Amino acid sequence: MLISVLSGKGGTGKTTVAVNLAVLLKNACYVDCDVEEPNGHIFLNPVYSKSERVEVMVPAIVKEKCSGCGECVRFCYFNALALVKGKVLLFPEVCHGCGGCIHVCTQNAVTEDKKDIGRIDTGVGGGLECIRGVLEIGEPVGVPIIKKMKAGLREDRTNILDCPPGSSCTVVGAIQGSSYAVLVTEPTNFGLHDLEIAVRLVKKLGIPAGVVINRSGEGDERIEEYCNTEGIPVLGRIPFARGIAEVYSEGGLLAEDARYSKYFEEIAHRLEEVLSREAACYYKR
Amino acid sequence: MKICITSSGKEMGSAVDLRFGRCKYFCIYDTESRETKVLENAGAYSQGGAGIAAAQQVVDEGVEVLITGNLGPNAMRVLKAAGVKAYRTEETDVARAVMMYEAGQLQPIESPVSAHHGMQNKRGDK
Repeated sequence: MLISVLSGKGGTGKTTVAVNLAVLLKNACYVDCDVEEPNGHIFLNPVYSKSERVEVMVPAIVKEKCSGCGECVRFCYFNALALVKGKVLLFPEVCHGCGGCIHVCTQNAVTEDKKDIGRIDTGVGGGLECIRGVLEIGEPVGVPIIKKMKAGLREDRTNILDCPPGSSCTVVGAIQGSSYAVLVTEPTNFGLHDLEIAVRLVKKLGIPAGVVINRSGEGDERIEEYCNTEGIPVLGRIPFARGIAEVYSEGGLLAEDARYSKYFEEIAHRLEEVLSREAACYYKR
Repeated sequence: MKICITSSGKEMGSAVDLRFGRCKYFCIYDTESRETKVLENAGAYSQGGAGIAAAQQVVDEGVEVLITGNLGPNAMRVLKAAGVKAYRTEETDVARAVMMYEAGQLQPIESPVSAHHGMQNKRGDK
């Protein structure tokens, strides 16, 4: 099972919710899909025992076969190829690895090469399996790392996917196929604005979702009102409290702190509840 | 000979766009016919590789001299391969930039600025 934790807005507390849920839920696996800046390990302190490189396709030009027609250059949406004086110039760092240039070449002059874009680390920390994807700095696309990471997940586990912020390709790649989405927000206009985007995204992908209000206490009604209108349950609240910020800033797990664990237990409990209900809904169909 | 000036407008009096890959227009001045052709920079709207697309467009137009503010590494590679000579100008208008080039007052661009330089700063300043 896949459970995605996303937010739209950055810095709302995706990682905080994801790691603490992973610690509380039975048979969980924490999967850091925020490949540009994976940082859940700061809370879980895993010892990584396995590291696997991720490669994507980049083209290579067979000079002897190339007629200099420029079909590949015209095809490339990302301008990773140029044609100068009848010769193709290649810019692998701009390439998104679609392979279209190979397909359109009538001379079979474009072949497959590989480019290393990052890695997947697997280990154990906080009493559970931890997986993280790491995209090399400057690489344009993290989706292949996320897809490879997800392909290796065990189906009998509750895989908590800590997603990147935003709503672009990496987020879509991460949440696709999820049984449920936990949308973390904060009770500000910024939080609400980006929550709306996240809700549109999960609805488009047909993923049922619930909301967690982080830094809760003031202005919650704007989020609650919106959730009511959209028919999205509020799974729980994490109060805006100095002590929580202190535990967080030291890389501590709130789920293991006697003062604050109840907030996460509540979220985990509600999540299990809606999941069983969702399952029931699916059976009815 | 064709001289290409990166421009923010369509006139000879328009300000030079000091960015290359994300400039708005290319003013292409033909020194023999003394005519100017204005093209939209297709690279300006590309998702990535703007410098490469812009350089490709300039090369395809048969330009021999480029006048701009800064060049990124990828654009530079394309222009070098095509033998296009690039010259740096400060803030000025298109006509004046051509005059300065013809008077030998512009310096060739020897090294690129960092990638995405023109995206951080719309004026292309350093």
